[in-house]
Amino acid sequence: MREDHIAPATRRRFLIDTAALAGAAGLDLSLAIRPASATPASMRAAIRRVVGEASVKKGRLKIDLPPLIENGNAVPLTVAAESPMTADNYVKAIHVFTEKNPQPNVISVQLGPLAGRATFATRIRLADSQKVIAIAEMNDGSFWSDEIEVIVTLAACLEGV
Amino acid sequence: MARALINVPPKAKRGELIEIKTLISHNMETGFRPDNTGKPVPRDIITEFVCKYNGEEIFRAELFPAIAANPFLTFFTIATESGTLNFEWTGDNGFSASESVNITVE
Amino acid sequence: MRPVAVAAVATAFVVANAVAAEIPSADRKSGYDFMGRETRAMQDDDTANPGMLWVLDGEALWKRKDGAAGKSCADCHGDAQNSMKGVAARYPAFSPPRGRPIDLEQRINMCRVDQQQSTPLAFESKDLLALSAYVGRQSRGMPIDIADDERTRPFLQAGRDMFNQRQGQLNLSCAQCHDDNWGQKLAGAPIPQGQPTGYPLYRLEWQALGSLQRRLRNCLVGMRAQSYAFGAPEYVDLELFLMWRARGMPLETPAVRP
Repeated sequence: MREDHIAPATRRRFLIDTAALAGAAGLDLSLAIRPASATPASMRAAIRRVVGEASVKKGRLKIDLPPLIENGNAVPLTVAAESPMTADNYVKAIHVFTEKNPQPNVISVQLGPLAGRATFATRIRLADSQKVIAIAEMNDGSFWSDEIEVIVTLAACLEGV
Repeated sequence: MARALINVPPKAKRGELIEIKTLISHNMETGFRPDNTGKPVPRDIITEFVCKYNGEEIFRAELFPAIAANPFLTFFTIATESGTLNFEWTGDNGFSASESVNITVE
Repeated sequence: MRPVAVAAVATAFVVANAVAAEIPSADRKSGYDFMGRETRAMQDDDTANPGMLWVLDGEALWKRKDGAAGKSCADCHGDAQNSMKGVAARYPAFSPPRGRPIDLEQRINMCRVDQQQSTPLAFESKDLLALSAYVGRQSRGMPIDIADDERTRPFLQAGRDMFNQRQGQLNLSCAQCHDDNWGQKLAGAPIPQGQPTGYPLYRLEWQALGSLQRRLRNCLVGMRAQSYAFGAPEYVDLELFLMWRARGMPLETPAVRP
């Protein structure tokens, strides 16, 4: 059930730990190396920056991601919101977030009645098995969400070991 | 050198919902990947994509490092009248690319 | 090679056919069959397949004049859709001037040096990949057809030997995974049969298009075995054998793989 890919996280950890040691030894390494993953708290903070204090209701939005992902480098994502997309009833924006990527934001899309359908698709990177959340902002100021848990695996026999 | 691949139906009926697919070549360097000395390779990504239909904005996206390399984006619009669909990508280090496609609406 | 030696090798190859644990023809599957629905959809849609970006670059390069001869590929070969149809499905192929098989990338470079009087493109460079993806695309859907004759047989045998030989710190052979254990899981991912039906291809792991040689290097590094420099004859022998092993399967270039 749990994720299987260990190599990249371990490699990242090793490099970060090495860098930290080097830093302590007085060597001048860049300070910009940050922890390999964000936290559910930073994702919540990113969501709050978009939503403010408004309540977010589940529904009217559907994330489509493969539940078992073969490679986290390019994962097809589709987000579809139910809406007639008329001048007085449309989806203004859709935002996507992740829980464990180094940074919580994935994409923010601005729509309007001219979009015709509140659906878009792209390919995203997922650093680990985790939760992905999408939030739709309607023209009436309401917020709706959907979330999905995915498992990320990796091919064997990678290039850089 | 081809940088972007756009797929738009060349003809559509007035009022028809059409799907627009875009694919552009770009490494989308995240800024989190360490090079072989352990230093992170600096971020270099496309940050914004805008699509205009006869000058009017129909779709806009803000992209973050979590968007996969060679960004692929598809979305919809209603075919209203013949004209031009204009696509613009901008990003770090002054990256800028644009494409235009004509559409005939009957 | 002396006629006696050639005959001996030829016979040996046929005998080896019968003895090795080769995948029966009817059970052969492309890497495509081991992928998830979404990755397959990425390959099937030319407007979503990132490999097509390289094919488009290749189309532009095909028409670009180069070298002291000031010629483009198109000047000799015309429209690639006609002249290159079926070519990639036959490579690696025996090259009489070289006295051995060469792969498509080496063939492109031969043209660059001999016909265009230009410099060879670096292995795995964007331009070389673009051209080989463009040429490969013209054979999409066609059955792989590698010559099995007296000229190629010694090299097929060398490739087969490498496929079956245990190597590296893990003491693994290609055959142990890809002939004997395909379909089972390794580190959560299914082991494919190793049929090179779509090269050069967009590998999600690379986030770029790459050649069969690049993939073979990944395999060797993964097995903790010695990898060779790009263009090494060992790779071409192995490529020749692998493409022969995939004979009859349709070419999918440019494919997408995880």
